[in-house]
Amino acid sequence: MKLNKLLFATLSLLLPTSISPLVNAQEIEKSRSIYRNVVITENNKIRCMRFETRRKKVSNQACMDINAPDRIVFEYAQGTLAGFAHNPTPKRVLILGLGGGTLSNVINQISPKTEVTSVDIDPVVVKMAKKYFAYQESPKVKTEIKDARVYVKRALLNKQQFDWIILDAFNGDYIPEHLMTQEFLQEIKALLSDNGLVTANTFSTSELYDYESATYHSVFGKLYQFKAPTKGNRLIFACNCDEFNFNLTQPDILQTKLEKYQVDWQKITRYITDKIDWDTNSEVLTDQYSPANLLNR
Amino acid sequence: MYKFAITLLAFCAGFSIMSFELLGGRMLAPYFGSSVYVWGSIITVFMLALSIGYLCGGRLSLYQPSLKKFAAIFMTAAIALLPSIFYSQVIFEFVFQIIEDPRYGSLLAASCVFLVPSVVMGMIAPYSVRLLTVCAQSSGQTAGFLYFVSTLGSAIGTIMTSFYLVLWLEVNQILWLTFSILFTAGLLALLIDQINVKQQQTDFNAPTAQQN
Repeated sequence: MKLNKLLFATLSLLLPTSISPLVNAQEIEKSRSIYRNVVITENNKIRCMRFETRRKKVSNQACMDINAPDRIVFEYAQGTLAGFAHNPTPKRVLILGLGGGTLSNVINQISPKTEVTSVDIDPVVVKMAKKYFAYQESPKVKTEIKDARVYVKRALLNKQQFDWIILDAFNGDYIPEHLMTQEFLQEIKALLSDNGLVTANTFSTSELYDYESATYHSVFGKLYQFKAPTKGNRLIFACNCDEFNFNLTQPDILQTKLEKYQVDWQKITRYITDKIDWDTNSEVLTDQYSPANLLNR
Repeated sequence: MYKFAITLLAFCAGFSIMSFELLGGRMLAPYFGSSVYVWGSIITVFMLALSIGYLCGGRLSLYQPSLKKFAAIFMTAAIALLPSIFYSQVIFEFVFQIIEDPRYGSLLAASCVFLVPSVVMGMIAPYSVRLLTVCAQSSGQTAGFLYFVSTLGSAIGTIMTSFYLVLWLEVNQILWLTFSILFTAGLLALLIDQINVKQQQTDFNAPTAQQN
């Protein structure tokens, strides 16, 4: 294993231009996947996971600061923690889209009694998350290799309930269109316990923005949004309740812990708003009509 | 006129089948996801259906081939498409409940909904070869030309559906569109048949007139 790494490192030193001609990051490992090959890179002590691409624009699935592994690198992942303000002790959390497993790890550390289930379609992503991003499974932390929609439908049949569902399947170049429709969100809502929260990492640009916002609004009613200050992510917060009032006071459970993750509560909550900034007349995405990839150009 | 019509019909069949196949992916996704094996199931079912269709279509062309029968194939294909509009959700839901593995679930679901219409659509290509073939010597050329036209139709059906139709219409509306194309194609075949019959009658009355 070490020899392998060494070989990779030497090779990439020898051929820095041919291995990654477009990005400045050093490739640590590339793993073959039935979906898209998973690449681990390191640059300035930041380790990232991305899908293999020849495009110039690289979108990382997960990143970790090697010198400070607990630091939450992505702004949207920091913003997601605001969900703890809604319910500081969720019994069961469902994460759709594992990435590096950062959210699962952090939620487990903040609230060790919470049962966390992560669903990812690609077993290679799970393997890499364990190997390079310290993703840990335990009796309380489980992983399922499944399509998120299939998992949700099956979970509904089995009458499961979750207090918090995090939708994080949308940070690649291709959007799984069946995870954006009104029917899917209705299934998500049905899977939420009373007053359960959904947090979705979605798109903040392109024509899709209006469609997507309108679709969430049609299912959940009032929405709160977190707009990442520097990156193009936005989070949607919505609730399985009559009148969603997102109370953003910092919960006690987070008082001492946020420093470790280098998260500034005031800063993240400053970017959360319930302002309606999308075209409310926009069409809604449904299983019958969901050209998300065509709208996201 | 006759040749042009058959060619156009073969094009429509090619267009419809690939448009239908692409929609298959969209229809299955809510139940079985859009993993690589769901597409594997769809392509398997369509290829299997086409192979059976080719066999049956070729067989059928042995027995008094006519434009009327050709029209009947198109109309049967159109009608076979209707269950996918009305019952696909119920069928997918049922299969989802009985089979947990999404590979076999999607394979069975795709077989239930897509197999029959695509078998019928697959019959069109060999049958049209029979209708256009005049002698053994040129049969290869005729077949090659028809493959060209129907596969071109498939290419255009694919790109139109995936690039534009899904943006303009709902899945069921596109299925209705495919239904209309196939049904109209059937009517067109009947019309050409009528014209042909009349033509033959005139030919019969004036034996010196040239055929076709």
